[in-house]
Amino acid sequence: MIPRVYVPGDSAALSVGADRVARAIAAEAAQRGVAIELVRNGSRGLFFLEPLVEVETAHGRVAYGPVAVTDISALFDAGFLAGHGHALAQGPSAEIPWLSRQTRLTLSRLGLDDPLSPEAFQKNGGMRGLGRALAMTPAAIVEAVTASGLRGRGGAGFPAGIKWRTVAGAVGARKYVVCNADEGDSGTFADRLVLEGDPFMLIEGMIIAGLAVGAAKGFVYIRSEYPHGFRCFSRALEIARAAGWLGPSVAGSGYGFEIEARLGAGAYICGEETALLESLEGRRGLIRAKPPLPAVAGLFGQPTLVNNVLTLAAVSHILADGAAGYAGLGTGRSRGTLTLQLGGNVKRGGLYELPFGLSLREVVYGIGGGTRSGRPVRAVQVGGPLGAYLPDSLLDTPLDYEALAAAKGLLGHGGVVVFDDTVDMAAQARFAFAFCARESCGKCTPCRIGAVRGVEVIDRIVAGQARTENRVVLDELCQLMTDASLCAMGGLTPLPVQSALTHFPEDFERPVLGAAAE
Amino acid sequence: MNRPAHWDETRARRIIADLAPLEGAALPILQALQDTFGYVDRRAVPLVAEALGLSRAEVTGTIAFYHDFRTAPPGRHRLQLCRAEACQACGCETLVAHLDRRHGIAVGSTTADGALTVDEVYCLGNCALGPALLVDGEPVGRADAGLLDWLVADLTGGPA
Repeated sequence: MIPRVYVPGDSAALSVGADRVARAIAAEAAQRGVAIELVRNGSRGLFFLEPLVEVETAHGRVAYGPVAVTDISALFDAGFLAGHGHALAQGPSAEIPWLSRQTRLTLSRLGLDDPLSPEAFQKNGGMRGLGRALAMTPAAIVEAVTASGLRGRGGAGFPAGIKWRTVAGAVGARKYVVCNADEGDSGTFADRLVLEGDPFMLIEGMIIAGLAVGAAKGFVYIRSEYPHGFRCFSRALEIARAAGWLGPSVAGSGYGFEIEARLGAGAYICGEETALLESLEGRRGLIRAKPPLPAVAGLFGQPTLVNNVLTLAAVSHILADGAAGYAGLGTGRSRGTLTLQLGGNVKRGGLYELPFGLSLREVVYGIGGGTRSGRPVRAVQVGGPLGAYLPDSLLDTPLDYEALAAAKGLLGHGGVVVFDDTVDMAAQARFAFAFCARESCGKCTPCRIGAVRGVEVIDRIVAGQARTENRVVLDELCQLMTDASLCAMGGLTPLPVQSALTHFPEDFERPVLGAAAE
Repeated sequence: MNRPAHWDETRARRIIADLAPLEGAALPILQALQDTFGYVDRRAVPLVAEALGLSRAEVTGTIAFYHDFRTAPPGRHRLQLCRAEACQACGCETLVAHLDRRHGIAVGSTTADGALTVDEVYCLGNCALGPALLVDGEPVGRADAGLLDWLVADLTGGPA
């Protein structure tokens, strides 16, 4: 048996030298006259161990990481091809604690094999969901999604089944399925992992969605900041067409479905569904007032199902394994699994798929191991640029939609970013406004003007100018943006600002050096 | 990195005609023009407008709205530096300051010799291995000042 060696081709792994490691392993094997089969798999999502090299041995898969090119010779000497010990050995892959304690459901195939191999996809359970769906009525598919309790994973957490039923019941000349892969929130990368690590799963989920709502065409809108993800997914589409999974008769069923991948052009706001539709139509990404809902009049005025990558990805599993199993996981109204993305200043950052309900403290310390810098954790931002900064006293908040809302935060797309005690929370609050000013689509005044005013007011407070009066102005501005903005960009920008003011007031009250305050 | 082609109206018209049948063709067309020429030349605006039945104002507005589109040629190499929160937590602002102080390169500018354009970007989805960069489209993680010195020297052909 020729040993099979896995080196991830995911862009996070590439960013720390996975290509060089793959080349070095191939060269070392050739030099030693050892035959190996080198597979470029997706990442397991344990980024702190990347490049994570795995070997298929007689006793199963064994992992080594993080591997540098300078380790290769020693790994061969130690007998890593037979799974022998080495300082970088992580033991059997499936028993790596950061992996074995996860509930990998949606991301069950992540990192197992070549993500662009249709055979590997099917061998590991791919296409079972579509197979089931093709034997069901559209109404029964919608019913299964509803029964699973799946909520939209883009951030808003809207029940997926209700949206699907609305699109299915809407009347139009044609309908569309649009996948929102404009994953703009800092601290999130689960969509990217799917695009690069299990693209056929998304294709399968979109076809199922098309069947359920009566659409024959799908678009995937991928952000341009993910050039590698766009290339992987585009290649997956070509392979799926060649395999007969897309086209005039999906898997020989007689039902036609086609998917087009589109690249964004650098605009955070295009992650908002109506701005995304404008962008797909070729215009500036200005948000649309709702109603009409996209489900009734969306892309080119037609009924359109807009879902996030993870929502559509979850669907193939729900159909394959039944809605009850999915609904059986989680807590309260947050059913199924949470694809938690842990990043920033943290020791063990990566992707962790877990049932909802784990506390932030368990996530930051138990899983993440505290900060990478070794300094104390001071703040944790949950849910991207529009999410709250939480202090230590709120780290016992469980990670589910309702609990975070109760803590005046939001779960969003599931990103958790850790900051150590060097963070200046006034600067973070200022950044929230500055980012909103940069990315506002400009359609509504509270967001377009309010964000600019917000930066100015924080600058005055930090500079010690009329602090008491400016705090009142800031509070009023936050209230106005919350109440009067057209979409979440302006409406939620006050969330990180107010959380910084509430939990870290000392950062706004520092004496001004070299100048008399007030 | 492939050198972009010089402006060529015939070639631009061909690109536009090839992509015009797509549903919502404006972005794919502008992206293809930028891929070919390195930026979207003003002379392309009336051509795109005519092909898609849009006004010149609509096309100009679309180009201006998106951060990706350039209206002037970029440097021969491109470094994109993430400045979003997860990278802020890992010190990306120190790198921005270092580029300016040590190399005199401001984010959003191109070096005088046209060798390197440095752009800011908000999230590359590599948030557990920050500070994150893209160097001519290739991902780089855990960047630090030493790595930046090496990259700048390598990409501009000057000393570190």
